Amino acid sequence: MQTESPKQTMIVATCLCLVCSVLVSTAAVVLRPAQQIQKTLDIQKNILKVAGIYDETRKVDTQFKVVEPVLIELAGKRPRITDPSEEGIDLKTYDPKKAAKKEHDSVEVNPRGALPQIARREIYTIAYEIRKADGSLDQVILPIYGKGLWSTLWGFIAVDADGQTIRGITFYEHGETPGLGGEVDNPVWKAVWPGKSAFAAADLEHASFDGLPIPTIQVTKGEVTPETPQAEFKVDGLSGATITSNGVTAFVRYWLGPDAFGSYLQQIRSEQAATPTSAAAEGENNG
Amino acid sequence: MAEPTTKDVLVDPIVKNNPIALQILGICSALAVTTKLETAIAMSVAVTLVTGLSGASVSLIRNYIPSSIRIIVQMTIIAMLVILVDQFLKAYFYDISKQMSVFVGLIITNCIVMGRAEAFAMKNSPSMSFIDGVGNGLGYSFILIVVAIFRELLGKGELLGHKILGDGGLMAEGYVSNGLMLLPPSAFFLIGLIIWAIRTFNKDQVEAA
Repeated sequence: MQTESPKQTMIVATCLCLVCSVLVSTAAVVLRPAQQIQKTLDIQKNILKVAGIYDETRKVDTQFKVVEPVLIELAGKRPRITDPSEEGIDLKTYDPKKAAKKEHDSVEVNPRGALPQIARREIYTIAYEIRKADGSLDQVILPIYGKGLWSTLWGFIAVDADGQTIRGITFYEHGETPGLGGEVDNPVWKAVWPGKSAFAAADLEHASFDGLPIPTIQVTKGEVTPETPQAEFKVDGLSGATITSNGVTAFVRYWLGPDAFGSYLQQIRSEQAATPTSAAAEGENNG
Repeated sequence: MAEPTTKDVLVDPIVKNNPIALQILGICSALAVTTKLETAIAMSVAVTLVTGLSGASVSLIRNYIPSSIRIIVQMTIIAMLVILVDQFLKAYFYDISKQMSVFVGLIITNCIVMGRAEAFAMKNSPSMSFIDGVGNGLGYSFILIVVAIFRELLGKGELLGHKILGDGGLMAEGYVSNGLMLLPPSAFFLIGLIIWAIRTFNKDQVEAA
């Protein structure tokens, strides 16, 4: 058969491209809903895990019903937005990741460099509140992200209703070196976080919406023992991954700080102070 | 060349004519995905599928492919299959696909896939090409899985995420994991050792100095 003529070449190339593109696009369209579900489930699973209430034997979406998404204006004076539709936002479809990339849905990180290598962040984001059986707030799950060594780490940090104690941390997406920076996924390391305090007690005493406390939590070098000075703010460093560790310190501090969730945490703290019964119960839990 | 039997085509590439150990193809991805056994297994399945199917499809249209664009045609078919595998993993094996990240896409550049399409599928029937692809995929898998077992076990003291060495397993007094095993060079060392082992038993693979 004559296969070398330009005509034959064109025909083969065209047919091949057509067949391949039809197959690829069909697969993409057919599989997209399944992929979306997987992505949402993965994020929900991470939220449940960081909250410490994930049960492997039960379905993720039924477990997620106890979690209530709330729209937060980062660094806002009234951070919790009770009616998202006023801001033209639908919680079900709002994507903070996309917002951070749009000029009019994002603002510059303040002060510059507080979130290393990231210049702009979204104005609104979604936090997740988990309440106890009696309806009082148990903990809040805050989305965090920032640069490690190679990649942006995306994750969640769970903060107790006292607006101070960390209940857990997890990352659902990152590209750090497995075994080194990738050890942010190590359950042993993640287990060091719960019980740590994000702020110094002295800073919290004088905290107000105008004078938000600066987080003191830190991933340090080496192991932290109870004898380490200020052990309550310190988390063991990841050996061989100093840059990832420093990155985590920087962006956890940023997200809990005045330019991000600081005012939301302040709102939680003042709400807790206003309801003495549940605050007392909290005290017992922490003691 | 004598007519190869189905069994030879399938089994030969596993030890006798291993694509990594003898042909030294596809080394790059062997470094990247072998830090954990789970990803190595997923990668093995993906590559085996792609080599098998690409062999069959290339062979199916081999008589119509103009030789001037044959490499591009093979590439297109391989790329399409890899995208299909990637989309499928994302839809049904999200966790694994997340761990393998970019390396699924890099199957396209895996020399084994194209090497087999060019060397075998262009000259043989679709069914034989499929078997040849699967055989070479298995040969690749064999090395990948052996390397991954060593790297995960020595590097983290785990296998498939279960603790084997150290606390809660063997050597309960503590196992200090070997960080080098998790870094790419260790895969070179291991592959080198495997090649050495294979050539010790198969003297005819030793190249003339």
